Amino acid sequence: MSHAPRTARGTSRPGAPEAHAEDDVVLSREESRAVRRRSLRLLAELIRPVRVRFWATLGMVVVSQATKAAGPAIIALGVDRALPALLHGDSLLVWLTGAAYLAAALTTAGLTAGYVTSTAKLSQAMLLDLRVRVFRHTQRLSLDFHEHYTSGRIISRQTSDLEALRELLDSGVSSLVSGILFMLFTAATVFLLDWPSGFIMLTAAAPMFALARWYQKRSQVAYRASRVASARLIVHFVETMTGIRAVKAFRKEAENNEVFGGLAEDYRKVTARSIQLNGILQPGLVLIGNVTVAVVLLVAGLRVLDGTLAVGVLLALVLSVKRFYQPVADMAMFYNSFQSAQAALEKVSGLLEEVPTVVPPRDPTPLPDPRGEVRFDRVEFGYGEGPVVLPEFSLDIPAGQTVALVGATGAGKSTLAKLIARFYDVTSGAVMLDGVDLRRLSTTDLRRAVVMVTQEAFLFSGSVADNIALGRPTATRAEVEAAAKAVGAHDFIEALPEGYDTDVNKRGGRVSAGQRQLISFARAFLAAPAVLILDEATSSLDIPSERLVQAGLAKLLAQRERTAIIIAHRLSTVEIADRVLVMDGGRIVEDGTPEELIRGGGRFAALHGAWRESLV
Amino acid sequence: MPVKAPAREQIPFRRSLARLAPEARRIIPRLVAGLGVGLSASVLAVLVPQVFRAIIDTLLRAGATPSAVVSAAVVVLIMGVLEALLTFLRRIFVLDPATNVEASLRVTLYRHLQLLPVSFHDRWGSGQLLSRAMTDLNMLRRWLAFGAIYLVISITTVIVGIAMLFTISWQLALIFLAAAVPISIYSFRFRRQFVAASRRSQDQAGDLATAVEESVHGIRVLKAFGRSREALENFTLQAEELRATEVTKARHLAVFSMVVTLLPELALGTGLMVGLWLAATNQITVGALAAFFATAAAVANPVEMSGALVGMALTAKTAIDRHYEVRDEPVSIADPKEPRRLARPRGALAFRSVRFAYEPSRSRSAERKDDGARPVLRDIDLELVPGETMALVGLTGSGKSTLLQLVPRLYEVSGGSVEIDGVDVRSLALSDLRRIVSVAFEDTTLFSTSVRDNVLLGASTREGPEAEALLQEALDVAQAHFAYSLPEGVDTRIGEEGLSLSGGQRQRIALARAIAAKPAVLVLDDPLSALDVATEERVEARLRQVLAETTTLIVAHRPSTVALADRVALLRDGVIDDVGTHSELLARNSHYRYVIASLDTAPRDLDSELEAGDLDDLEEAR
Repeated sequence: MSHAPRTARGTSRPGAPEAHAEDDVVLSREESRAVRRRSLRLLAELIRPVRVRFWATLGMVVVSQATKAAGPAIIALGVDRALPALLHGDSLLVWLTGAAYLAAALTTAGLTAGYVTSTAKLSQAMLLDLRVRVFRHTQRLSLDFHEHYTSGRIISRQTSDLEALRELLDSGVSSLVSGILFMLFTAATVFLLDWPSGFIMLTAAAPMFALARWYQKRSQVAYRASRVASARLIVHFVETMTGIRAVKAFRKEAENNEVFGGLAEDYRKVTARSIQLNGILQPGLVLIGNVTVAVVLLVAGLRVLDGTLAVGVLLALVLSVKRFYQPVADMAMFYNSFQSAQAALEKVSGLLEEVPTVVPPRDPTPLPDPRGEVRFDRVEFGYGEGPVVLPEFSLDIPAGQTVALVGATGAGKSTLAKLIARFYDVTSGAVMLDGVDLRRLSTTDLRRAVVMVTQEAFLFSGSVADNIALGRPTATRAEVEAAAKAVGAHDFIEALPEGYDTDVNKRGGRVSAGQRQLISFARAFLAAPAVLILDEATSSLDIPSERLVQAGLAKLLAQRERTAIIIAHRLSTVEIADRVLVMDGGRIVEDGTPEELIRGGGRFAALHGAWRESLV
Repeated sequence: MPVKAPAREQIPFRRSLARLAPEARRIIPRLVAGLGVGLSASVLAVLVPQVFRAIIDTLLRAGATPSAVVSAAVVVLIMGVLEALLTFLRRIFVLDPATNVEASLRVTLYRHLQLLPVSFHDRWGSGQLLSRAMTDLNMLRRWLAFGAIYLVISITTVIVGIAMLFTISWQLALIFLAAAVPISIYSFRFRRQFVAASRRSQDQAGDLATAVEESVHGIRVLKAFGRSREALENFTLQAEELRATEVTKARHLAVFSMVVTLLPELALGTGLMVGLWLAATNQITVGALAAFFATAAAVANPVEMSGALVGMALTAKTAIDRHYEVRDEPVSIADPKEPRRLARPRGALAFRSVRFAYEPSRSRSAERKDDGARPVLRDIDLELVPGETMALVGLTGSGKSTLLQLVPRLYEVSGGSVEIDGVDVRSLALSDLRRIVSVAFEDTTLFSTSVRDNVLLGASTREGPEAEALLQEALDVAQAHFAYSLPEGVDTRIGEEGLSLSGGQRQRIALARAIAAKPAVLVLDDPLSALDVATEERVEARLRQVLAETTTLIVAHRPSTVALADRVALLRDGVIDDVGTHSELLARNSHYRYVIASLDTAPRDLDSELEAGDLDDLEEAR
């Protein structure tokens, strides 16, 4: 999933508000300090539950690197002490050094395995915690948030950002810590064995550091460039493949070939550049290491001649010096993963800081048996701090009434309907259900009482039955089928390869838009709420299906006193309404029974007339 | 459920590799050069311990001079510098060729994919294709630049190194060999297991991403039904599965790293004791003992890697196979050998005994076998005179959209023919055909570019005042004036990477695109479904003028759209049920009334036009 194309990060995306600090590239000093504090706080919260394992892991890393670094010293001991002893017929020291070497090897191997597993457990626990937090939080956030924070961004928070964190936690940190420790312990060993060689090694560390630093800076740039290039390549590729019909129909192939060729070449260049950087770093490290070995060999060799150094120590020095630089390459790469993880953590913590605007009450008023009377009491509404969308109005919808909302696009029909479902909270005044302010109802009670079906009939992956049962998870298969029958969806569902158990694929792939609407209708029928809101819910149905839905709807509404609020462009739906509200510019401009309004000769009469014309 | 790659037979490794030959031939000299310098570098690295051996033995002998130490150090220095230089050269040699092969394979794949017919793309999801274009080819490049060469180098290093160990002492060499063989076998096996576990975790991560995606796209549904808690529970369950897989993966890795560090160290520990005893009994010198440790250190890494490199070669082979699996797909809809040209297309469109059945799906053999057998369209005979507008009416699934797509050859007829001006569309060059025929689909595809480029995509001119006028007219006909009030007007970037438009806006841009192409034949698939009544009416009024000169086939669900047409063809279960004017069909065909008429839901107070036939149809609907 690391390929998931990111949506407009940092670039100024027209229409999207700039309110989200985590996507801004340039931050003032205070802001960036606040952002850093915020992400560190999150990191601390994530570590707290696993801190015991954290310290245990660290302990294992320390001991394993110490025993690993000790190897050459034990060999030196063997050559310089045990060998002469053996020559004198004393084999004890040989056994001791051999045993020490084996013990060190066993400890290193065992603890390495231990900390590799433990690190994974640690990082996976933290990631699981974070995943669930982000998921729960995005579910809790209100719809106005989801309207401006694009789904693509939430998805990349959960995928590529968490992937960046995983990379750091899984391998980055342990390779850095173990690398540093190994170098420290090796340096200590070398100093203990022979301090002049230690100094030589430290002198060589200077160019090594410079090289690593040079690499780290360049590779960071190259790494970013390669992410940008691959993202562009991927987006173009996916767009071509998903839109292949249009590509062919409008003969875009040649143009595409040119664009893709360019993008592929860009990607090749940035890839080549980052490989090139490695191609300098690694031979460079080999060079510095080898030269140091030669110098240590010279200096230590001369001192062996002087008799100030044992030959075994010389061997240990050469082996240690050669190994000293091994972790550098890994450590140079650490910075890349560290930086992207840091950026990821900043973004995720930013998302987690968003405050839901629609919150359930602490001590809700119970509403066990809703009747469905809806009242707007001097309600005014605007999105957030934005302009007023619905100027102050009051409205009474008695229980059991079927109300049609009519008006042009942007007249405020959907907004009014969404207020009843408490997708938003009113700016002033109150929306009441059976005399109780919606803000006083628990989520469970509210959702049992009010259900809204929208135009975009979204299906979740899983079977058709699962999707319908979303309306009432406790429903039996018979009840699910009854709901499907009521809206006329039963026949086509039965005709699917596995009937109700057919997987609807990702995003409802195999069923048509109309069939999707039927399934989401069945969902609402199964929920059988006291207040049913239908927002353009029949737009994709063909006429015979629409007829069936309407028949089912009429049955449902007649079954029990049920309030219904229906929004539709096609006026056929309006025919079953007891009452019509015509909206314009956020205001209710006409209110009455269909017959009254048609007779009144206002807007509705005109609309209705035009619609009648269009029919056969 | 993602489309699974079709099962394939086992292809021998050599044959897979041979397929790369055309691309690889050019780069073979450089690869060989890279291999040469790489080998030299590693042999140097294995030889350095021999210098240690010599100098330590010299030092231990009485009468050693400083000049011996100096010359040894100089030799080590020269060999060291040379090793670094050769390592550097190896990368220089292979870098360009490997990335070039990757890029050229990628571009070739893309070109081929654009040529493959729509029916291929129906079978293969874009995600599946993407992983072949990106992941697989990245893998191949890494293998060419690193894996293949390193495999040879590692094996050579191990062989040379062990030979060196044997020159030092056969006892010590055997001890080392005892550790090396199990390691390379084990590391090979480990890689296979690990790759399998990684694939599982990738799948689970993919599922998790789908769950996130759905929870965000379906947030309104989840909120409307108050099902966030269930969604969270599901998600947590999936996330926990992923965690378990990741931990299992780490366990594999832990055991592996334990084995590969422990075995050599055990060998060295044993080697230390045996070596000391050998030195004490004068069977080897102390210098030889030192050389044993230094050589073992130099060989340990290649030993550890050799198994993994064999595994990598197998992965690369799979990548090659997957790549050529797509490349081998035949381009079934292509230009004819000697295309005919229509100098001045008039737009007479005819379907002659057209039959169409989807290709039997190769990917899901069992469950959808019957697809290939049952034709979607049969015995379609239909003629449109130039300039005529014909509406296609039928229930969902009656084959309307499929019929439309046969005209620009997005699908190929299974029998019969589609003709324009009496010429079979299969004997026209594809680019000519698709210049003559223009389409607007129900599910609109806009590209990530400006509104202008999207609209003028199929137009004859794309720049200059003429293009500007064309753009303006097309946007006006489609009632897409909103484009001018976008942040940057008609230059605003839309599509996946740009500003997102509403369904109705997208449809109007797509309609404008079809109109701006000024085709002789226009094919429209319910192009107004997402528009509100008022806009629809305005579009229709303008469209009527445009359609006067253009042959048009339009799928209609509403009477208002049918009103645009001169004649109507009624499709029922893949056959043409009836053709005639709207009123003729209304009068004589009950199925037509059932499909198109809304009157039985008309208000009670109006004169009911319900006929006996309608009641039958209602029966039929139950």
